[in-house]
Amino acid sequence: MQKKSLSARKNNLSNPAEQLKYLSNGIFGAGELPLFQDKAEKTGAFPLKPKKLEILQINLGYMCNQVCSHCHVDAGPDRKEIMTRETMQLCLDVIKKSEAHTLDLTGGAPEMNPNFRWFVEEASKAGIRDFIVRSNLTIIVANKKYYDLPQFFKKHNIHVVSSLPFYKREKTDRQRGSGVFDKSIEALKMLNAAGYGKKDSGLKLDLVYNPAGAFLPTNQQAMERDFKKALKQDFDIDFNELFCITNLPISRFLEYLIASENYEDYMTALVEAFNPAAFQNVMCTNTLSVSWDGWLYDCDFNQMLSLKVDSKSQHLKDFEPQLLQKREIRTSQHCYGCTAGAGSSCQGSVI
Amino acid sequence: MSKTYYDPADLKKFGKISEWDEELGSKFFDYYNSVFEEGALTAREKSLIALAVSHVVQCPYCIDAYTKDGLERGIEKEEMMEAIHVGAAIKGGATLVHGVQMMNKYNKLSM
Ligand code: SF4
Ligand code: SF4
Repeated sequence: MQKKSLSARKNNLSNPAEQLKYLSNGIFGAGELPLFQDKAEKTGAFPLKPKKLEILQINLGYMCNQVCSHCHVDAGPDRKEIMTRETMQLCLDVIKKSEAHTLDLTGGAPEMNPNFRWFVEEASKAGIRDFIVRSNLTIIVANKKYYDLPQFFKKHNIHVVSSLPFYKREKTDRQRGSGVFDKSIEALKMLNAAGYGKKDSGLKLDLVYNPAGAFLPTNQQAMERDFKKALKQDFDIDFNELFCITNLPISRFLEYLIASENYEDYMTALVEAFNPAAFQNVMCTNTLSVSWDGWLYDCDFNQMLSLKVDSKSQHLKDFEPQLLQKREIRTSQHCYGCTAGAGSSCQGSVI
Repeated sequence: MSKTYYDPADLKKFGKISEWDEELGSKFFDYYNSVFEEGALTAREKSLIALAVSHVVQCPYCIDAYTKDGLERGIEKEEMMEAIHVGAAIKGGATLVHGVQMMNKYNKLSM
């Protein structure tokens, strides 16, 4: 397992343009598989246009205590891109201006941003209906200064969404690093102790499952049933919902697909599973993604591919909801990851 | 000409058998899909049975397909291997139980 980001390894794929090239050449360039645009045009709903803005997803930086092998952010301890307090202030202004009812903080590990707590405190005053923090769990037990995070989350009524790739040690550790499973279980117990995931506490703890390899996730309900049973039985852990997320061929997951010679089969599986109904509900239609330096994207994936929104309003500094509403969403072959089967988004399946 | 009888890429073309006989092909695939739906058995249990049978009938396409299907359903490798042993045990047993026929015949023909 790699200990450094693609960026620190100076790997070609750390360059978004190289990734986009890879995703357009090969089997797609040769016409063996249809381009996303061609496939999407057949549904009659292309180009994709945004619906009502509901979710503002803010990436607080690419620094992370982990270096997961499937990470589409290419996050890691060696990434220095971190949102400053000034940019956070711009976010706060936009939160007040926009009609989004959900605020979703992600990273990297958002908690590692030195201004994380200040930002949460300020943002929670803005009257957001659903305030999500995407926590990788291990950060909670990584250092004494994070031990009180469950209490901090509780105080601000944060909705915690955490990734746990599987309910067994082996698969989790293979994807996220050795020891990650045990630490995640410890963190889940701390969250449960604070009331998270417990019946009637009103404190939501959702888990994210994503396949540990070159295959697609299956039925979300069946998987949730298995996760709930195993985590309860083995560790007495409770949680609310399980979101199944498809790995998109971006950054380190793309690197893995290529290195393991699974790229073509994986892309074929995604294309074959293209579901027009999922396409109607892809998350970029109700989400805006903000990068650590304040730029706007249709989604976190487009952010990693440096595909800024196709609008004059491209930065927090000139945030214009009406202008943004008129934009066309930028797509490429990675979008097949959102439209396969029951679809995939940061909230799991979309149908 | 490919040098082997089996080409992994052919699995993807399975659906094409309907092209030469639409009616029977669709009947088969409708039936196939219904069989694997959740019923008295869960889809997960059916996937494990399919994996075991794939080995018994030694179909490389089915082995690929149901290993992947199992991974997608969160079936673990220990479960997959146990399922295959069930298949192997039945197949081995089926060979061995014919030994009784051999014994019967032997006894009948011998003085
Ligand atoms: S997947 Fe999440 S926890 Fe893992 S390296 Fe990426 S940002 Fe960090
Ligand atoms: S990758 Fe982003 S732009 Fe493409 S379909 Fe998914 S959410 Fe939309």
